[in-house]
Amino acid sequence: MNTVTFSKEELERYSRHLIIPEFNIEGQRKLKSARVLVVGTGGLGSPLLLYLTAAGVGTIGILDFDVVDDSNLQRQVLFSVDDVGNPKVEAAKKRLVGLNPHVNFIVHNIMLTSDNALDIIKDYDLVADGTDNFPTRYLVNDACVILGKPNVYASIFRFEGQVSVFNYKGGPHYRDLFPSPPPPGLVPSCAEGGVIGVLPGIIGSLQANEVLKILSGIGDTLSGRLFLFDALTFETRTLKVHKNPETPEIKELIDYDQFCGLNLNGKANKEDVKEITVEELKALQDSKEEYQLIDVREAYEYDICNLEGELIPLGAILDSVEKIASNKKVIVHCRSGARSATAITQLERKYNFDNLYNLKGGILAWADRIDTSMAKY
Amino acid sequence: MKLTIIAYGIARDILGSNSIEYEIEDSVSHENLLENLKKTYPDFNKLTSLMIAINSEYAKKGQMISENDEVVLIPPVSGG
Repeated sequence: MNTVTFSKEELERYSRHLIIPEFNIEGQRKLKSARVLVVGTGGLGSPLLLYLTAAGVGTIGILDFDVVDDSNLQRQVLFSVDDVGNPKVEAAKKRLVGLNPHVNFIVHNIMLTSDNALDIIKDYDLVADGTDNFPTRYLVNDACVILGKPNVYASIFRFEGQVSVFNYKGGPHYRDLFPSPPPPGLVPSCAEGGVIGVLPGIIGSLQANEVLKILSGIGDTLSGRLFLFDALTFETRTLKVHKNPETPEIKELIDYDQFCGLNLNGKANKEDVKEITVEELKALQDSKEEYQLIDVREAYEYDICNLEGELIPLGAILDSVEKIASNKKVIVHCRSGARSATAITQLERKYNFDNLYNLKGGILAWADRIDTSMAKY
Repeated sequence: MKLTIIAYGIARDILGSNSIEYEIEDSVSHENLLENLKKTYPDFNKLTSLMIAINSEYAKKGQMISENDEVVLIPPVSGG
């Protein structure tokens, strides 16, 4: 450990750490010799990467496969307007190098999969999970269990955050708390359910703090505890969690999309519903054929943008059957096409409709290909 | 007996509230409670993954619930 040395610039930069009695230069040495992989450079990844970089973690892996999008900037404070359209890992590295040139960054511009996860994670001491979907959460967990790496976990939804430390010193892991994923489509992602912008800043900072405690060996970590935060009511809860004797032993990585009920495109396995493209809908509008257009989104989504369809939110669809025509084509749409497919499946099962068509790609496809002046959300 | 049930995430949408008072027969396990909740709130049948904590601790298999216990329902969330 004493082989880790610091330059004058580094000593000055980290001076506020060095003068904390519990932390001191030993803690800083441990950070400098550590290798941390941050999976996901989104809402949680932003504060994680900024604070781990500022704090002087020696080697930081940045993993993401996406590009920066306008809708990221509401919460992903790592990125600027100039970064939109560029690979997230490259934009992140550019910002982070500017923040701390003493850190060694390793960029992984790929999707973490069962084929590459063990190979990537094995070179790190610890993983911080800031991903945004269930398949990757189970993948990160299982890979960390197999390789014996601590997994500093956080997750967010609307106004709520969860934080814990998994697989650390014999403590519980994700599957002890949640043995199986929820059915696809039931628990919305940030893109579907929304998230208040400052929440990942709060939760990702708590996650960064746990990473720094584990690396430096100070304090009591959240291992064996699940922290819950509700930003709306400002209520916090710390629940004791333990290993579940019924959790099966994890021996190898599996197909996590399949495990989570998703197909190869990451979409829920839809029942076979009839589909119509946005171009076909446009042609239908321009023709004289009679049809009905139903929008199964929520009223507050309708207010952002709409196709002047009849608004019947998904939750009310089975109770509104009298509003749905059975003697002409009925086009059902939502934001992306997922909820409308569910609506059609429910209606066909319960009421035997055979005239329902799902608008493929939803209003997002319409905004992309028919009316580019329409706002996407 | 009367219980306080606190809900997070999608469980909140199912209960229609952050917190409810719930009446149930004496001496039930948390598994019994969930079966009861599924009858009152059928959407819980769809939520196949749900962590239950009793008085701030993850409920062990078969753990019984007593009067005035606080039960917290925590579905997984995936956002990042």
